[in-house]
Amino acid sequence: MKIIIVGNGMVGFKLCEKLVAKSTKSLDLIVFGEEMRPAYDRVHLSEFFNGKSAEELQLAPSSWYADKGIELIIGDPILEIDRKAKSVRSYLGRVAYYDYLILATGSAAFVPPIPGIEKAGVFIYRTIEDLVLMQSWAPKAKTGAVIGGGLLGLEAAKAMIDLGVCDTHVIEFAPRLMPRQIDDAGSSLLQGKLESLGLTIHTSKNTQEILGESAISGMQFQDESILPVDMLVISAGIKPRDELARACGLEVGPRGGIVVNQYMQTSDHHILAIGECALYEGMIYGLVAPGYDMAEAAVSTLLGLEKTFQGFDMSTKLKLIGVDVASFGDPFVTGNDAHTIVFEDRNKGIYKRVNISPDGKELLGGILIGDADQYNMLLQTCKNKVVLPPNPEDILLGARGGEHDGGAGVTSLPDEAVICSCEAVSKGDISSHVLEGAATLDDIKKCCKAGTGCGGCVPMVKDIINHTLKAQGIYVRNVICEHFEFSRQELMDLIRLHDLRSYDEVLTVHGQGDGCETCKPLVASILASLWNELILDKGNDTAQDSNDRFLANIQKGGTYSVVPRIPGGEITPDKLIVIGQVAKEFNLYTKITGGQRIDLFGAHLSDLPTIWEQLIAAGFESGHAYGKALRTVKSCVGSTWCRFGLHDSVSFAIQIEERYRGIRAPHKIKGGVSGCIRECSEAQSKDFGIIATEKGWNLHVCGNGGSKPQHALLLASDLDSETCIRYIDRFLMFYIKTADPLTRTATWLNKLEGGMDYLRNVVVNDSLGLGAELETEMQSLVDNYVCEWKAAVENPAFRKRFSHFVNAPEEKDPTVQFDELREQKMAKAWK
Amino acid sequence: MVDTMNDKWIHACSVQDVPENGGVCVKVADLQIALFHFKRRGEWYATQNECPHRHQMALSRGMIGSQGDEPKVACPFHKKTFSLKTGECLSGDECAIKTYQVRVDDDQVFLSITDDEL
Ligand code: SRM
Ligand SMILES: Cc1cc2nc3c(=O)[nH]c(=O)nc-3n(C[C@H](O)[C@H](O)[C@H](O)COP(=O)(O)OP(=O)(O)OC[C@H]3O[C@@H](n4cnc5c(N)ncnc54)[C@H](O)[C@@H]3O)c2cc1C
Ligand code: SF4
Ligand code: FES
Repeated sequence: MKIIIVGNGMVGFKLCEKLVAKSTKSLDLIVFGEEMRPAYDRVHLSEFFNGKSAEELQLAPSSWYADKGIELIIGDPILEIDRKAKSVRSYLGRVAYYDYLILATGSAAFVPPIPGIEKAGVFIYRTIEDLVLMQSWAPKAKTGAVIGGGLLGLEAAKAMIDLGVCDTHVIEFAPRLMPRQIDDAGSSLLQGKLESLGLTIHTSKNTQEILGESAISGMQFQDESILPVDMLVISAGIKPRDELARACGLEVGPRGGIVVNQYMQTSDHHILAIGECALYEGMIYGLVAPGYDMAEAAVSTLLGLEKTFQGFDMSTKLKLIGVDVASFGDPFVTGNDAHTIVFEDRNKGIYKRVNISPDGKELLGGILIGDADQYNMLLQTCKNKVVLPPNPEDILLGARGGEHDGGAGVTSLPDEAVICSCEAVSKGDISSHVLEGAATLDDIKKCCKAGTGCGGCVPMVKDIINHTLKAQGIYVRNVICEHFEFSRQELMDLIRLHDLRSYDEVLTVHGQGDGCETCKPLVASILASLWNELILDKGNDTAQDSNDRFLANIQKGGTYSVVPRIPGGEITPDKLIVIGQVAKEFNLYTKITGGQRIDLFGAHLSDLPTIWEQLIAAGFESGHAYGKALRTVKSCVGSTWCRFGLHDSVSFAIQIEERYRGIRAPHKIKGGVSGCIRECSEAQSKDFGIIATEKGWNLHVCGNGGSKPQHALLLASDLDSETCIRYIDRFLMFYIKTADPLTRTATWLNKLEGGMDYLRNVVVNDSLGLGAELETEMQSLVDNYVCEWKAAVENPAFRKRFSHFVNAPEEKDPTVQFDELREQKMAKAWK
Repeated sequence: MVDTMNDKWIHACSVQDVPENGGVCVKVADLQIALFHFKRRGEWYATQNECPHRHQMALSRGMIGSQGDEPKVACPFHKKTFSLKTGECLSGDECAIKTYQVRVDDDQVFLSITDDEL
C-alpha cells in the first residue's frame, strides 16, 4: 500500500508515528513538507524566544524518519493532486503515486484585509521562520501591538515582551479577551493581571488602517484614535490550508476547510484529511489534541481498525504570561439550563466559575483564571458526568470544616475517564500499565505516552500510579525527589560506602538530572553529618539553603540575623558589652531569644564577615541558628546558686552544648539541663532533656515544642555524667542515620516501629550491637569541629561571597528598607 | 564569539567570580540581575534578581537545579521555583520573571540588556 502524506506539521508527524507503531507490515510511505525543517513543536513555538533552539523544538530528527523507512522530502510543497492518476506533483517537479493520500496541511494565519497590512514590521506568528523575522526586527522596535486577543494573540504579546518590546498593546475586536474560552468577568480579571505585567489591552477596537511609509509607524482605528507602533503581529484567527483540495475538486466548507467524515475521509475516499485543515461537522479544531485524535482515526481507516473520530472537547488549560487560564465543557451556559457558581478573589487575581445542571447533579462546564490547579479534576468530573457532592460548591472551594476534598479525587473516576487528552490515555489504561509493572511516571510516559504532551495531567497520572500500587498492597517507596531514587537513609549508606564528599559527586554517582531545592540541602546535610567538613567547601555551598550558604538566617527584606553561641545561656558582662557594641555599630535590632541567647537582626550580607570578625575576636563562635544542627542547650542556674539545685546544671549544659555544636542532623536539635525536678529549663520539651536526681541524671528524649508539642520520654535514669553523654551520643547518631529529612526526633520516634522500647533497647541495651560504632562516629564528628564562621572570615575566597553585588562588592542592596520600632529598627513589611 | 563593541552586551564579571552551580547578583545601572553558572550543564543563565512573590531581591541566592529537563532556580524565601530558560513560575501562580542572554568570552561574562531597560 502506497501512502503519501502532504504536510509535515504536528499532526502529520503524529500520523507517521502512529502508523509505524500500529502497522504490522512494512510501509511504503512518503511525506512531503513545505517548511525547510522536519516537524517541530508548534505549541511551544514561543520558547524559541527563550532560547530553545529549532533543533530542540523538533519532534524527531531526520534520522528518525529514515530509521522507520519513511521517505521525508522537506522544502518541497505539493502543488497539484491528480485524482484520476492518483498522483501528486511537487514544486520541484517530483511526481509520486498513492493508494491513499493524507492531507495534513494545517492552517495559515488569517490576515484581515486592512489597508497597509503589507508594510514592513507587520508579522504573523505561525512558523519558526516567522519568529526569526520578528527577532531581527524587534531590536529596532519600541512599541508593539498584536491584533487579536485570543489565545494565540496573547501568546504573541508575551513573545514581544520577551523580545524586549516592553510597551506592547493587544487590540481585540470583541468586547473581551479570549472570547471563545472565557466570559466577561473572567476576561476583566485576566485583563487586570496582564496589565499589571505591562501589557496594554484595548477591547472593542477595530483597526482601520496601518500607517507609515514603507514600514509601519502606527495604527488607526475605527473610532479615529491612533496608536503609534513600530511592530505589529497579526493573530486574528486561522485559515485552513485547503487550496490543494479545492483545486482538485474535493468538497470544502463555505468558510474553508476540507470536509471529512468520522473516518477522516474526504469526498474522495482515497484521500483523507486531518489536523487543522480538516472540517468535521462544520468545525475546525484549532488545537493539537483533537488533531492527534484525528491521526488515530486515520490510522484506523488505513489499517482497517475500529477507532473513529467522534468530535472533541475544546477544553483547554494554559499559562498565559504566567497566569493560569482554563475553560472546560460549556463555559457559558446560563439561564434555565444551568446554575452558575462563581468564586472571585480580586486580591489574589483568582476567578472561578462552574456551571451546574439545574438538579445540582452534573457539572456542565466552567472557567478558571489565576489558579487552575483543579482543572484536571473538574474536567474529568464534567466529562464523565461524575455525580457532584451534595453541596456542589465544594468542588470549587473544598469541603469546609470536613476532612474530604469534595469527593472528586482520582478514586471516584471511572476507568474510561480520559486522563491524558493529548495522547488519549484513560484511567483504566494507566492502572493496567501499573499492574503490568510500570511503577513510575517515567515508565508510564514510556509505555503509553501519557503525560508527554502538554503535561497538564501529570499530577493525576502520579495519583493513579500511587493509588493503584497501594491498592495492590505494594509499598510505595519513599524516595527523595526526581533526582534520587533512594530514601535518605539509603542514600546516606551509599555516600558513606563510596566515600563521596561533594554534592556534585553524589549526584553524578547516584542521581540523575541536575538536582533541586529538595535534594541539595538534604545531601549537603548528609555530607555534613558523615564527615563534618566545612559546609562551604568543595562546592557544597551552592547546594545549601540560603541560610546555610551564608551562615545566617535570611530575614524579610533580604538581611540576615546573627546569633552567636552562648552555651548554656551563660555569658560574661564583657561579652555582653561586645554584643552591644557590635549591634550599635552595624545598627542591628537585638532581642533575647526563646533559646537563652541573643539574636541580632537586620545585618546586610556584606557586613556579616566584619560583624563575625569582631564577635570571634571577643571569643564568640557561630550559634548555628541557621543550620539543621544543634541549637541551644538551655540550662537553669542549678546547684551553684539555687537553693534546690542538686547538681551543676549550667556546667553540664555548657559541656554538652560544646560537645554537639556544629553537628548536622535531619532537623535541628535542642537540649536542656535542669538542676532538679522543678524543671526550670523546660528540658522535657527538648530533643534531649536532662534532669538532675539525687543519684545522677535522668535522660529524657524526643520532646518537641513547635506546633505539635510533645513531652520527652524517659530513656534512662540515675546516670553518671559519662554514661549520660554516651547514651546521648548513641541516641543522636542513631537519629542522624535513620530519620527522614526534616523530621524532628519526636516525629521520628512516633514513626519508629516498636517506639520507645525499641529505642531504649538500641541505645541502652545495645540490642543491634551498634553502640560502639555510633559512639566512634559521634566522636569523630566532635573531633572535626571548627567554627565555620571563623573559617569563613579567615578565607578570602569564602569572604568574597558575602557581598550583594558581584561587580560592586562595597555597595549594599539599595532596596533593603527598615521602619522604626521602640528605638530600634524592624524590617519593612512586604508587599 | 562576542562583539564587545556592540553596546548591547554589558560586562558583568569574570567566570571565577561566580560560584559553580550557583548565582551572584550583578548591578547594571539600577537593575539587579541574577547570574547563574550552571556548571553541570555547561550553561549560563540570567534573570531578574527580584522574586515576584514577595518582591525580594533574592533569586541570585537561590538554589539552582532541574525539573525534568527544565533548568530552574528556587527562591530562598518560600521556595517558589522559576524556569531559568523561560522565566516561567514552575510552582504556584506567581508571574514569570525576566530572563536575559548571557555570553562568556575569554573568561569574561556579558549580559544582553536592551537600552530601554536601562
Ligand atoms: C529567634 C527565635 C524566636 C525568638 O525571638 O525568641 C526563633 C526564631 C525562628 N524560629 Fe524558632 N525561634 C526561637 C526559638 C524557638 C523555640 C523555643 C526554644 O528553642 O526553646 C521553639 C520551640 C521548641 C522546639 O523547637 O521544639 C521554636 C520552634 C520553631 C519551629 C518549630 C519546630 C517544630 O519542631 O515544629 C520552627 C520551624 C522549623 O524549624 O521548621 C522555627 C523556626 C524559626 C525560624 C528559623 C524561622 C525561619 O526559618 O526564618 C526563626 C528564625 C528567626 C531569625 O531570623 O533568626 N522555630 N523556636 C528563637 C531562637 C532560639 C535560639 O536562640 O536559637
Ligand atoms: C504560536 C502557537 C501556539 C499554539 N499553542 C497551542 C496550544 O497551547 N495548545 C494547542 O492545542 N494548540 C496550540 N496551537 C495550535 C497547534 O499548533 C496546531 O493545532 C497544530 O500545529 C496543528 O497541526 P497540523 O499538523 O494540523 O498543522 P501544522 O502544524 O500547521 O502543519 C501543517 C504543515 O503542512 C505544511 N503544508 C501546508 N501545505 C502544504 C503543501 N501543499 N505541501 C507540503 N506541505 C504543506 C505546512 O507548511 C506545515 O508545516 C498553537 C499554534 C501556534 C502557531
Ligand atoms: S514563632 Fe514563628 S514568627 Fe515567631 S520566631 Fe518562631 S517562626 Fe518566627
Ligand atoms: S519571596 Fe520568593 S518565594 Fe516568597
